[in-house]
Amino acid sequence: MRRYFARKLLVYALTFVVAVTVNWMIPRFMPGDPVASMVSRARVSQPEAAEAMHAYYNNLFGFDEPVWQQYLHFWGSLLTGDFGISVWVFPTPVSDVLLDALPYTLGLMVPAVLLSWIVGNWAGALAARRKVLDNTVLPAGYLLTAMPYMWIAVILAWALGSKAGWFPISGGYSLDIQPSWTLDFVADLAHHWVLPFLSLFLVALGGWAIGMRNMIIYELESDYSSYLSALGAPQRLIRRYAFRNAVLPQVTGLALQLGVLVAGALVTEIVFAYPGLGSLILAAIQNQDFFLLQGAFLFIVIGVLIANFVIDVVYVLVDPRTRTGMAGGQS
Amino acid sequence: MSAPPGPAGNDTGPAATPLENATPLEKKAVGPARETLHYAVRNPKLLIGFTVVALLLAVGLFGPPLLETTDPNAYGGPQAAPPDSTYWMGTTTFGQDVYAQFVHGLRATFLVGAVGGAIAAVVAMLVGFFAGYRGGVLDELLTMVTNVVLVIPALAVLLIINAYLGVRSVPVQGVFIGLTSWPWAARAIRAQTFTLRTREFVDLARLSGNGTWRIVFREIAPNMSSYLFMMFILLFGGSVLIASSLDFIGLGPTGGVSLGLMLQSAQQWSALQLGMWWWFVPPGAGITAIVGALYVANVGLDEVFNPKLRES
Repeated sequence: MRRYFARKLLVYALTFVVAVTVNWMIPRFMPGDPVASMVSRARVSQPEAAEAMHAYYNNLFGFDEPVWQQYLHFWGSLLTGDFGISVWVFPTPVSDVLLDALPYTLGLMVPAVLLSWIVGNWAGALAARRKVLDNTVLPAGYLLTAMPYMWIAVILAWALGSKAGWFPISGGYSLDIQPSWTLDFVADLAHHWVLPFLSLFLVALGGWAIGMRNMIIYELESDYSSYLSALGAPQRLIRRYAFRNAVLPQVTGLALQLGVLVAGALVTEIVFAYPGLGSLILAAIQNQDFFLLQGAFLFIVIGVLIANFVIDVVYVLVDPRTRTGMAGGQS
Repeated sequence: MSAPPGPAGNDTGPAATPLENATPLEKKAVGPARETLHYAVRNPKLLIGFTVVALLLAVGLFGPPLLETTDPNAYGGPQAAPPDSTYWMGTTTFGQDVYAQFVHGLRATFLVGAVGGAIAAVVAMLVGFFAGYRGGVLDELLTMVTNVVLVIPALAVLLIINAYLGVRSVPVQGVFIGLTSWPWAARAIRAQTFTLRTREFVDLARLSGNGTWRIVFREIAPNMSSYLFMMFILLFGGSVLIASSLDFIGLGPTGGVSLGLMLQSAQQWSALQLGMWWWFVPPGAGITAIVGALYVANVGLDEVFNPKLRES
């Protein structure tokens, strides 16, 4: 088990290094000059001012130093929590801007990920049991997983928001309420939360249900299941074993899917103008705020790494084989 | 060793899981091609899936030449008109023909899927085959790289790369998507190669003095061909979905049409608030139909290639 975690931690550390390096490399080695484009976007008429701005940005990015020094500086400032200063909301540090948005994204993501996983596995296991259910869960599942996140979000907003008028279709809370921990505000927050949550939940749900259904069917066809039923074991017991075995790959699947779910949350937030990281990223792109964009990238990577680590720990808890240090090390 | 489970959600497709379980190497027994074909033409899932994809592909290929205008973004029609006999899918706030955009957008969608899927499949095959066949230090290294790329969210990388790129085109988008979406497939191929490398025919080939490349592509790859084909289908669908997200964020191809860009402009010009459903329903439905049909066809293929599934 120690070997298992040592390997995992090594991969996480490497991932972080690679992510930071990619983040550092892109503005430096991509075609085009980000500094020049930022200066030209500011539409400064006087050449001296443009010159000063150029120098300022070069200094801010650290483009005036040798490359290896830039790289080390990047790491140095990163480790002290300095993500640079946002261009879009000017003097605010990027880390502050991101931390303000983070609770909204987490509040949307965490319940959607967990609930879709639980409900999806449950629905899939049920579907594997009955033909009628199978014939409804399976096509519905395929339809849901094939939908782009933002489309289901738009459709839900249209049907349940615009047409039915049940839920607000934009923002994280009503504009006439000040954010505070009062009952009114929390209720309003929850009201705005429903549609974005539902769209994330539904798309992810289909994949889990199908995955679980297939797993259970394969498990029920496997040798140990036939052996158990030949021994005269009750069907319920066999199903319980099948479920236990089928759920393990679903745990790994959860880890693999996190990156995709992050992407889903980002575009969903954009549809509903939900004040989380997704909306920030959109604003960063539209305003060419590269510091904010890069900060958001690192935030996402750190978040995915932490979530993966949690899933790894859970995996050890549910799979006895990893505890003996036999399996799991390879993958 | 059993294959590691694939991601089971949006993007890489639910069918990633049946793919893992299919273990086509064990039960493939495809035998003569004619037998496969026999089951293929009798599999409703495969037929329905491929028919839907083929129909949409035909619309994408032959639709644009049949249109009166060559520019799908031309401001020709009435403004914000609901669908009627001249404008089958209505028009946008600016009088653009939604059907013309849809037809052109289908092309972009298929192109990005093909480019992204093909590149991801090639990278996944190279990494998976060599990690699985050679083993040892090379395997450790490649597995490490795979895991690292797997954990970094592809969309986040694409976001910053795309934001810095000035001019973007559909093929370039496909290339970047392909280069970031291969890891799960590489893992699956590696696991399959692992089970094949100790087989007698591979040993025989090795004893005959064949090189790694030859063994991998002459002995191992043909035995996984059905598996590889199914994997490509999933990567294709995944690329389409990722591309639509990028387009929607505003990082799509500059100057052109795609289904994702249509959704983006519908969103940007508040089609939702204006109740112009004909603006945002077709592009999303197009993406869903293509990706969904691919997934369903994939399940059908699994049943065709895997006799154990066929009977049930």
